[in-house]
Amino acid sequence: MRKLFILLMLCFVCLMLSLLVYAELEDPSTAEDYYTRFMGQNISLNVYNWGEYISDGNYDLMNVNAEFEALTGIRVYYTTYATNEELYSKLRGGGASYDVIIPSDYMISRMIIEDMLEPLDLANIPNLSEVGDEFLNPSYDPDNRYSVPYMWGITGIIYNTTMIDEDEEITSWDILWDQRFMGQILMFSNQRDAFGIAQFRRGFSANTTDPDELKACLDDLKEQKLLVQAYVMDEIFDKMLGGEAALAPYYAGDAMIMMEENPDLDFAIPEEGVNFFVDAACIPKGSRRKQAAEMYINFLCEPEVSAANSEYIGYATPITKALELVDEEFAENPIVFPSEEILANTETFTSLPRETNLLLDGYWTQLLSSDENYSRLLVPVMLFSGIILVVGINVYRAMNKKKKQKYYF
Amino acid sequence: MTNKLRWYAKTYIGFILAFFYIPILVMIAYSFNESKSRTFFTGFTLDWYNRLFTNDLIISSLQNTLIIAFAASITATVIGTAAAIGLYNMNKWLKSVMLNFTYLPIVNPEIITGVSFMLLFVSIQALIEGINTSFGAAIPMLEFGRATLILAHITFCLPYVILNVMPKLRQMDKNIYEAALDLGCNEWQAFYKIVVPDIMPGIIAGFLTSFTMSLDDFIISYFVTGPTSQTLPITIFSMTRRRVSPEINALSAIIFVVVLLVLLTLNFYDIRREKHMLKRMEVRSRA
Amino acid sequence: MKNKSSAFPYGVWMVIFIVLPLLLVGYFAFTTEDGAPTMENISKVGEFMPVLMRSVWYAVVATVVCLVIAYPLGYLISRGAGSRRRTLLMLVILPMWMNFLLRTYAWMTLLENNGLINRFLGFFNVGPFEMINTSGAVILGMVYNYMPFMILPLYAVMSKIDQTTLEAAQDLGSSFVSTFARVILPLSMPGVKTGIIMVFVPSVSTFIISRMLGGGGNLLIGDLIELQFLGNAYNPNLGAAISLVLLVIVLLCMSLLNQFGGEEEMEGALLDK
Repeated sequence: MRKLFILLMLCFVCLMLSLLVYAELEDPSTAEDYYTRFMGQNISLNVYNWGEYISDGNYDLMNVNAEFEALTGIRVYYTTYATNEELYSKLRGGGASYDVIIPSDYMISRMIIEDMLEPLDLANIPNLSEVGDEFLNPSYDPDNRYSVPYMWGITGIIYNTTMIDEDEEITSWDILWDQRFMGQILMFSNQRDAFGIAQFRRGFSANTTDPDELKACLDDLKEQKLLVQAYVMDEIFDKMLGGEAALAPYYAGDAMIMMEENPDLDFAIPEEGVNFFVDAACIPKGSRRKQAAEMYINFLCEPEVSAANSEYIGYATPITKALELVDEEFAENPIVFPSEEILANTETFTSLPRETNLLLDGYWTQLLSSDENYSRLLVPVMLFSGIILVVGINVYRAMNKKKKQKYYF
Repeated sequence: MTNKLRWYAKTYIGFILAFFYIPILVMIAYSFNESKSRTFFTGFTLDWYNRLFTNDLIISSLQNTLIIAFAASITATVIGTAAAIGLYNMNKWLKSVMLNFTYLPIVNPEIITGVSFMLLFVSIQALIEGINTSFGAAIPMLEFGRATLILAHITFCLPYVILNVMPKLRQMDKNIYEAALDLGCNEWQAFYKIVVPDIMPGIIAGFLTSFTMSLDDFIISYFVTGPTSQTLPITIFSMTRRRVSPEINALSAIIFVVVLLVLLTLNFYDIRREKHMLKRMEVRSRA
Repeated sequence: MKNKSSAFPYGVWMVIFIVLPLLLVGYFAFTTEDGAPTMENISKVGEFMPVLMRSVWYAVVATVVCLVIAYPLGYLISRGAGSRRRTLLMLVILPMWMNFLLRTYAWMTLLENNGLINRFLGFFNVGPFEMINTSGAVILGMVYNYMPFMILPLYAVMSKIDQTTLEAAQDLGSSFVSTFARVILPLSMPGVKTGIIMVFVPSVSTFIISRMLGGGGNLLIGDLIELQFLGNAYNPNLGAAISLVLLVIVLLCMSLLNQFGGEEEMEGALLDK
């Protein structure tokens, strides 16, 4: 009897506590004027996001930016980039001022170290509580002082089943170095992802700072370059859907979307390990509408919004309640929401020391500018045609002079 | 020329025109394609045009492009015309120095002009921030966007205005201007009654060149643009990078038709003017 | 009318927006990130020698191809009758008014592995050929985009050659070949010169064509510069150094042309753009 009483008491306390917590959580969000307090003030926000990374109203899903504008009266200027490094250049180069950016984990910690991000006022982002516990306090931003998770996912290989042998099973990154697919391989056009693949393939850490290991990876990538058709990012959609290439490493979410549109495509997760990434919304230094920016970030965490985004772009949402709102089939998709087993074999990119970053930047430029197929004729041809040209022109001039002399004198 | 030669010539011209137009015509054809595929034609639709006109991004880019082109080309025409007149009156040495600098933006690779503008504007921003923090001043920040775009566009338009106006000044009969002064006009009156009408064709040509250059510029704009003012070429660039959408074909088709109409009108206008001239000459020779 | 002070605003403008930016490029090229003077950036450009060579090579090939194709065309247009001449000229100018990104994009759709050309050839059981993402595609893109810049100056100078001059040469017993070599060619030299500059300069500095048609794997100078400023390897100091080298290449090429191509003023030819 006593036991039962204690149990009941415990239940009651739990209930009260949860109610309290619930009330506390609900409060700011349900504050009537949370989203409308900037109405009519003619405020605008500059949002800088990855290409194809928000639900834009197609496929009967929510047009997130339009909804936000209608709800808050804040005008959204939405522009896109293709790689983390491009975003970094744009911010470092000064000039443009952005209010909301969505970099990946390693870039966030790099930006924190270089003091490029504004600390968030978490009280102004009540929906942070919607974010699943496993995505809070991540290693790249220990107290969520600067970032709120937007989407997460893993990398892998998307391939066209009609262009490889039927019984071929892709289990390794090695296939991207396979001579048989010369000219049919697409590759990431950003250094972190590209080197990451080489590192996974060799069994190195994806965050290695060892110059010898990086050099080895560079050599691998140079070797691979002979087989690579093009270095691309967002263009990959177009090329894989159109059957332009057989193999490409890419992000699982996009792969899922591509597979929906072209049934010949399939996705493989190499056994050596893949990259696990989280993209999170941040506010860069210099933003002058911080409160509105936080409101936008909060809006992205609304379960309905996050569910629409997740379904539209095919990436996994970190918002727990959004999982209940998405299509059931989508929520059970093993590519978008990989099993624990696969997740155990992933590695997250972390911020690298400055020297390693510089080394990588240099290696990347070197990789893209070296030309192993370099025509040996080039220099001789240029040299000789140059000489012939110079001689020819001089002879021509000399002849003209003579002629003139003949006529006039 | 013999008939055979003429035939060769015609074939040659035909081949080159085919080379010029086949890609464009293919693009236009696929703007009516029902599916998103760029290779298979599945059926006729006008849907992509419909989507294009409801695409906010494209409409606002178009607005931006027009605002920037008008602002830049009008300013460039005013400053450039004044500059041409000033240059015309300069001594040879100064004039040639100035003209050499004027050529620079034209002969410079566009990417270098773009990069140099970017460095300039970033430096100006640093300067403004420095002044604001150390002197407590409140100079508004020069943000990358419409302002930087207009400044950059004015700069690369200026040479075209000057180079269009200068020859007209040189062809002008100075005596008429002097006569006007002798007949009691003050300098200002003589200027806008004699000089301006005389060099007007040059000014208009300069303005039109500037306007079209500004409309079409991508490379320089790419380096000085900001988040709030995408011009049409920059929007096209981001469209070509993304997942394919036949909207882009529809856009090409529209631009092509607009350009075609403009050129046809100009051409027609030219022909009519020529006919008038011929008639006048005929009349005069008869008289 | 006699005063030159009306050029004053332009003078100021020129100093701020033409001279100063170029000086800034120089300043960035010779300093480190912290503003300390250094030669490091310039020396580092040596690493990219293959890129420089490749860019110059592609640009030279594209220029030569343009010249070879455009020269007869310019001549033919200039000899046409009034209305025909105008129509042809308009047809040459028309594509130039389309945005060059769209034109390049059009070629992408044609050249792809599953593109229209390969599918067309497929009907005859030929191919498929690997056309996109090759150096040939990049050069084709340059030729296609910049060809009108070659045709127009050539047309402009050739239309100034009086038909009677040519007739006179023929009357005096000159064959077509010698008329060409002694009259047409020398008289068209200024146009050739301008055309070469107008094609070579944008070709050598392009950064979009190589990305769209070349697959982004084999950079050209333009890509390299863009990479340092807005791309994946942020380093504006190095970018400025590469820009400086590119500028020198262009100026060198122009002074060479000026040395050998006669001393005509550029003004007139430029106007025809």
